[in-house]
Amino acid sequence: MNWGSWSAFWHMGGYAFYVWGSYAVTLLCVVGECLLLAHRRRTLLKTLNQMHRLGNQDGNETPT
Amino acid sequence: MNIFWTMLRRDLLLAYRRRADVLTSLFFFVIVVSLFPLGVGPERSTLRLIAPGVVWVAALLAAMLSLNRLFAADHQDGTLEQMALAPVPLALIVLAKVLAHWMVSGLPLALMAPVLGLQFDLPGHALGILVISLVLGTPVLSLIGAIGAALTLGLRGGGVLLSLLVLPLYIPVLIFGAGAVESSMIGMSPQGHLSLLGAFLLLALLATPFVAASALKIAME
Amino acid sequence: MMGINWFKYSSPATFYPLAGKLIPLFYTLAALFCVAGLYVSFFVAPTDATQGEAYRIIFIHVPAAWMSMFIYLVMAFWAGIGLAFNTRLSSMMAQALAPTGAMLTFVALWTGALWGKPTWGTWWVWDARLTSELILLFLYIGYLSLTAAIDDPRRADKAGAILALVGVVNVPIIYFSVQWWNTLHQGASVSLTRAPSMAMTMLLGMLLMALAAWMYSIAAALSRVRLIILEREKHTTWVQEMLERKP
Repeated sequence: MNWGSWSAFWHMGGYAFYVWGSYAVTLLCVVGECLLLAHRRRTLLKTLNQMHRLGNQDGNETPT
Repeated sequence: MNIFWTMLRRDLLLAYRRRADVLTSLFFFVIVVSLFPLGVGPERSTLRLIAPGVVWVAALLAAMLSLNRLFAADHQDGTLEQMALAPVPLALIVLAKVLAHWMVSGLPLALMAPVLGLQFDLPGHALGILVISLVLGTPVLSLIGAIGAALTLGLRGGGVLLSLLVLPLYIPVLIFGAGAVESSMIGMSPQGHLSLLGAFLLLALLATPFVAASALKIAME
Repeated sequence: MMGINWFKYSSPATFYPLAGKLIPLFYTLAALFCVAGLYVSFFVAPTDATQGEAYRIIFIHVPAAWMSMFIYLVMAFWAGIGLAFNTRLSSMMAQALAPTGAMLTFVALWTGALWGKPTWGTWWVWDARLTSELILLFLYIGYLSLTAAIDDPRRADKAGAILALVGVVNVPIIYFSVQWWNTLHQGASVSLTRAPSMAMTMLLGMLLMALAAWMYSIAAALSRVRLIILEREKHTTWVQEMLERKP
């Protein structure tokens, strides 16, 4: 065990900014990518379902 | 081989008829290089230090400026498709066009460079090496640039996109081109740098016309 | 192994549901490796004698850097296969890998800067490895912008493939030029060659994190390739039938 207490853990031997800065940005990037993918999937399925319900096979024409 | 010379003569003639375009990129080169002393300050030792890099980066940008015209006009009027259907390899035609492009964009830069080098207080032998490095290096820029020009043919925002694609690939040429001048200034032999530039030129001559030709075929499908 | 007909899965219609089944598996594996890796990195691996706790950044920095380079190779491989054999799925796979690769390149650069500041006293050095990583990011950005600028997906696939292959040929040339350039200009800059002698547990933490990065990249790329498949095949009967089943 490296750390005497949680505060020592968060302190990271004085390098908290560098260590947690790296891990936080990495987490942000990974979570951000997952969220973007989920969002893109939701909107795509929504439009595809709408197109399908309207029976509009082309997808580019506006339904009348 | 006949078609190669015909093509070369045609492109040179076309460039001659549109002299303003050629002069524009040459003046761009001159102006960009002349801006640096104004930004950095007129200290002669500093200027001498940055001169090789500045001239080379400006040459990179100037070569980029005219690249998107390489195939654009022939693509618009349909000539390019005729060329692709011609019973000669498209790579040969590409090579002729690139050579013509270099003669009107790269070669003038190399010939102009000593004058700009004088502004930066470069010694005489370094000026000679600068010209040699540019003569060896700028054809590589045109050759690699031809791939980028073919890939971005007819795309919106093609010019900026082209620089995004091609500039990272220019880095080795920049390093060894500027490095040759630099090493001649500190009294080392620039031969190693120049031979590497020559090797890049040979490699690019052998490979890039074929790559650019297949990129053109993709763009015209 | 021999019983599976691999060619069956080269069709988007059969690959789509298969990828859907595999994605949760890879996300789970990524999470498991990540938890194990973080545990080893923070609670098992000892403090480094010379760098103190700051060295714990390598547990993400090195895996991200490895992955960013590896993904570029894999991307170019699939792009090349797509160009040579005209297989739609491999081209889509290449496009699905690029954003994840670019993201990991950015992470490698960012963590590299945050690691460099406490250990070498500077955010950035023009070291061969750092510079090449930066150029790799430029290559990813070029690929992404080119494929995004072309509306026709087939042309985007092929043009992107040519660019990726040209990039792969250039990466070693760029790397050696930068390295050479760097040794020439080594004057005042710090020497980065000194590798800290790594304890076994440090290596283990790094390998676990690398596996996590690997699994995550596969999962993210598969999710993205499913979206690309749906976007491109929205008019085909199998997509319409699937929408019929799951309204």
